[in-house]
Amino acid sequence: MSETKNNDNKIDNSKRNLIINAGYATAGVGAVCAILPFIDSMNPSKDVQALASVEVDVSNIKIGEEKKIMWRGKPVFIKRRTTQEIEDAKNVDLKELKDPQPDSQRVKAGKEEWLVTVGICTHLGCVPIGGEGEYKGWFCPCHGSQYDTSGRIRKGPAPKNLEVPPYEFLNDTTIKIG
Amino acid sequence: MTNHENNFDPKTPKEELQAFHQIHNDLDQSITEKNKVVGWINDRLPIITTIENTLKRHPYPKNLSYWWNFGSIAGICLVIQILSGLFLAMHYVPNTKHAFDSVEHIMRDVNYGWLIRYIHAVGASMFFVALYAHMVRSLYYGSYKAPREVLWWVGIIIFLLTMATAFMGYVLPWGQMSFWGATVITNLFSAIPVVGESIVQWLWGGYSVDNPTLNRFFVLHFLMPFLIVGIVLVHLMALHTTGSNNPAGVPMKSKKDSIPFHPYFTIKDMVGFAVFFIIFGYFLFFYPNALGHPDNYIPANPLVTPAHIVPEWYFLPFYAILRAVPDKLGGVLMMFGAIILLFFLPYLDKSKVRSGAYRPLFKKFFYVFVINFVFLGWLGKSPAEGWYIWASRISTMYYYAYFLLILPILPRFEKTLPVPESIDEHYKKTHK
Repeated sequence: MSETKNNDNKIDNSKRNLIINAGYATAGVGAVCAILPFIDSMNPSKDVQALASVEVDVSNIKIGEEKKIMWRGKPVFIKRRTTQEIEDAKNVDLKELKDPQPDSQRVKAGKEEWLVTVGICTHLGCVPIGGEGEYKGWFCPCHGSQYDTSGRIRKGPAPKNLEVPPYEFLNDTTIKIG
Repeated sequence: MTNHENNFDPKTPKEELQAFHQIHNDLDQSITEKNKVVGWINDRLPIITTIENTLKRHPYPKNLSYWWNFGSIAGICLVIQILSGLFLAMHYVPNTKHAFDSVEHIMRDVNYGWLIRYIHAVGASMFFVALYAHMVRSLYYGSYKAPREVLWWVGIIIFLLTMATAFMGYVLPWGQMSFWGATVITNLFSAIPVVGESIVQWLWGGYSVDNPTLNRFFVLHFLMPFLIVGIVLVHLMALHTTGSNNPAGVPMKSKKDSIPFHPYFTIKDMVGFAVFFIIFGYFLFFYPNALGHPDNYIPANPLVTPAHIVPEWYFLPFYAILRAVPDKLGGVLMMFGAIILLFFLPYLDKSKVRSGAYRPLFKKFFYVFVINFVFLGWLGKSPAEGWYIWASRISTMYYYAYFLLILPILPRFEKTLPVPESIDEHYKKTHK
């Protein structure tokens, strides 16, 4: 094959470089596309994703008591709050809060007695202990995060309030979570 | 082979490299000349030449102290972990239903299973003892300085990979500390803004640490040691390009400064191994669980977090840094930053004098740094409350200040001591 030469009698590489670079780019895109299914294979699989919902009978939870159940491999706290605890949760100046949210947004209207939260500290995923800490809500033993009686973060390294999972009351004594 | 009595006076890192490549020890007769078969193979695959270069021809500073033993000790630890791990993997079951029981099966039923598992568990701790000692040596003698920056960086990569491997290995027995350690460490990534949550679910393969997590951790724990072996070879390649640093911190100038690796350092390494294995054996046979946590003999329970969760001892200083910061993302950044900082070390330390032995002021700050690091470890083990938090904040600040303030500024007003004229001179002074 004869070399393409320019006026100075030097080899002109610009065209072949374009082709070579285009080749690299195509191979690069191909390589990324080939990797994607493998990366995605590590994401939650279909059976894990299948949002298994759980129904919980709450009739046996006394006032002031908390029940822990499992939902999607995570603990969920179902807390039946005392009047005092509800009052404490309501009478908080929202400006004091790190993740401001009124108590009314965290419970179902007319069911203020029941607080349902995912029992996982929003810091690094430990399970907080109920009825402990300065705010008498939850206290995380791992790194000292403290939550109030509405499950809102008040002190410590956690950035957010305890998550409220999707749930509904099927009747007065049964909650369906998920 | 003719030997030129070369004398060099390297003033720059580049000249130091050039000198290193021209000084070599004599080899009376190569085995490739003595044995025809070996010679025939070597002509086609020059592996014998490589070995003979490493062991006989390459110059090693003749003043290397016992602080230079920890590299080979870390190397033998890696071999021990791979071999003992291989046999454990033949009996272990990476499934949340069986993992804990399969480890107990290894301990009780498998012939010598208790021995192999304890070798692997104690061996992990011993590996970190060697790695930390190896790194402290480099910090004191300025082994990270030009022309050894890449050697140092490759070393930090080995350190990071070893930490990741050890962490995943600790999850496998599926005890309480396994589960909650895995939960806390993987949740570190949830601090990343926007994509953090998705990354964590990708790592887990679910919505919490569960069977998919355990299974992939087992696979990665098996794979990564072999990656580490590969990077160790790169580490050695860099070492054989720059040559070893030495306690005097001055470059080799002539053959007089050097000795061959074999037999001098092979025998010295054997002494190091002997002492090291006595310590290893002491823990292995008398206190195999002293370096672990008793809670890991409780099967994992996703509903109950242990009152005090602590990582393995070798992670404690970094764990203390994490807890010292009252902000989630801030804590995670400070913790990873503490290691990332090490990459910049060659440029942070501005001192022209390499060895800490001739830097009276540096020495004081260095000793405080080492004590402070051990103290951080102790704080990482203590509950995150009261004065402990304040102490970890002060300690964290010192850790950062050492690298970001002290090392860059110190050389401006430090009066260093005169460094030895040559390694030979240093050797004669220290070996009377």
